[in-house]
Amino acid sequence: MPYSTIPTGVPAGQRYMSGNEAAAEAAIAAGCRFYAGYPITPSSEIMDNLSRLLPAHDGAFIQMEDEIGSISAVAGASWSGAKAMTATSGPGLSLMQECLGYAVFTETPLVVIDVQRAGPSTGQATKVGGGDVMTVKYGSHGDYQVVAFAPWSVAEMFSLTVEAFNAAEKLRVPAFVLAEEATGHLFERVDTPSEVRVYDRDYRPGEPPFDTPELDGVPSMPRFGQGENLLVTGSTHNGLGFRKVEDPEVHDRLVRRLNRKVLARKDELCRYETHFVDDAKLVVVAYGFTARSALRAVKLARAAGSPVGMLRFVTLWPFCREIVEEIAARDVQFLVPEMNLGQVADLVQAASLGRRVEALGQVNGKTIAPASILQAIEGIL
Amino acid sequence: MVRALDHHLRPEVKATPFCPGCGHGILLGLILRKIDALEWDIGEMLFVSGIGCAAWIPSPNYLADTLHTLHGRAVAFATGAKLANPALKVMVISGDGDLASIGGNHLIHAARRGIDLTVVCANNQIYGMTGGQVAPTTPKGSRTATTADGNPYPPFDLCKLVKAAGATYVARGSVLRPRQLMDEIGKALTTPSFSFVEVLSPCPTQYGRRNRLDTPAAAMDEIRDHCRVRVEAGEAGSCAADMLLLGEYGDG
Repeated sequence: MPYSTIPTGVPAGQRYMSGNEAAAEAAIAAGCRFYAGYPITPSSEIMDNLSRLLPAHDGAFIQMEDEIGSISAVAGASWSGAKAMTATSGPGLSLMQECLGYAVFTETPLVVIDVQRAGPSTGQATKVGGGDVMTVKYGSHGDYQVVAFAPWSVAEMFSLTVEAFNAAEKLRVPAFVLAEEATGHLFERVDTPSEVRVYDRDYRPGEPPFDTPELDGVPSMPRFGQGENLLVTGSTHNGLGFRKVEDPEVHDRLVRRLNRKVLARKDELCRYETHFVDDAKLVVVAYGFTARSALRAVKLARAAGSPVGMLRFVTLWPFCREIVEEIAARDVQFLVPEMNLGQVADLVQAASLGRRVEALGQVNGKTIAPASILQAIEGIL
Repeated sequence: MVRALDHHLRPEVKATPFCPGCGHGILLGLILRKIDALEWDIGEMLFVSGIGCAAWIPSPNYLADTLHTLHGRAVAFATGAKLANPALKVMVISGDGDLASIGGNHLIHAARRGIDLTVVCANNQIYGMTGGQVAPTTPKGSRTATTADGNPYPPFDLCKLVKAAGATYVARGSVLRPRQLMDEIGKALTTPSFSFVEVLSPCPTQYGRRNRLDTPAAAMDEIRDHCRVRVEAGEAGSCAADMLLLGEYGDG
């Protein structure tokens, strides 16, 4: 089995560390052995830490000339057999979009940690934001799926970075850790594990590297230097990698499989937590750092007797629509606080079976305070 | 194609994709001949290319690992592939627009770092695949799809650029001088650091037909007439402004 439980190779136990530091150590734990990146606030500490950690773990590190070069080098390294990643923030993520589409289309496993800041454009470079939810899913052209996890703690910066590598390697897709500045720079106590469960890419000699008999399959993942004479291209290709740019059936089959292979695995990818939803008349839907404030507000509201619950998305992509529908089957309303103007609220609305969905968007470069969410709860109930 | 080199080509490939009179097919064969002469196992090499006519020289033709990447990004992909597996012999083959315009920044930074890559730039002085637009290598005054009255800007001297950026081995050759070019490719491949070979290659279809050079022979004559090797260029080692100096670009 490609899954195995291995020592992390980094210190275990009670630690006091930042989210960005935890992500860097988690990358090592997950088996990442290549990083290429470009400095950008507020993600740079991930690169700083990996510039030390990777050489110590027989990995390679390079600071590239820009983010386009960074993500391209990551894709090249992945085909050389290394688990590979980069970290960035909004402007860098925008520059990476063409190559992210290339990684989708060539089924190149890689991980991007996006430590979000307040955009658009240069925006508030040092302040928190959450406006990249749609960018990671729809930023490149064409129809595709990715995997994205939203950590709400330093502990999850660690665990979800490992999970992002596992998802990327298992599905051969770009996987994102969609963090926020507040979590990347948050220092808190964590208990890091001594072992983690990791997935190593599945190479099945003799199988075509770019197609499967199943319409939702993940092909064998070879690497350069194995004597496979690989033919990797971002043009439409058949199972062996030959360009077939004028064949409508090849293109249709390929694009649909790349989408299906992710969506068919939604059950294992979709992670969420529910708090007090059984008797709730209002469910606060939150993710990432905002979920910390939301849980505080929900607890305060319940202490005051309000029937409020909470749904926290850990997985943002693929979107876990089914849990929203399940909750919406009861007589509830939804409140969606987020550090953007309703990106996930719109998704919740679409899954809410017509229930009332209130968006609480905040885009001032600050985290959303529990009091703001509590006030919104009181305004609805 | 030279039948003796068939074992380096994918059996599924039956013909080159290039236009009549294009020089890229010659370059495709010369690179294979040199690899064969060096007795390298092509199956242990990785060929990386970008987007454009020249990017189709290795992909899908060469029976080796080939990585056909994005427009301009071949050198960056190659950098990652080489660093993650230093045992790979990595050669980038792409065009002038790809390497020197959209990908120019990656090219000079790779040269600066001295990473062990060999970059072959097939320079046809035009954007061929997209219909003959002006390139950063198009001679001043040449007519293209986007410079109907003649290119108002001077071209890059790619060899000087890459040498100044720090490349260890730099040379310019032409498909009209195959022995010299193969010698340069061989030296580039065996240089254990960043090496760069610019190869002038005729494009009668897009460059030639707009510049009264629309037969393969006329397009080749143009390159022959505008290139000089060092011994022909006089003791100063320089030549007229519209001439390109062939040969190795050493220090100083």
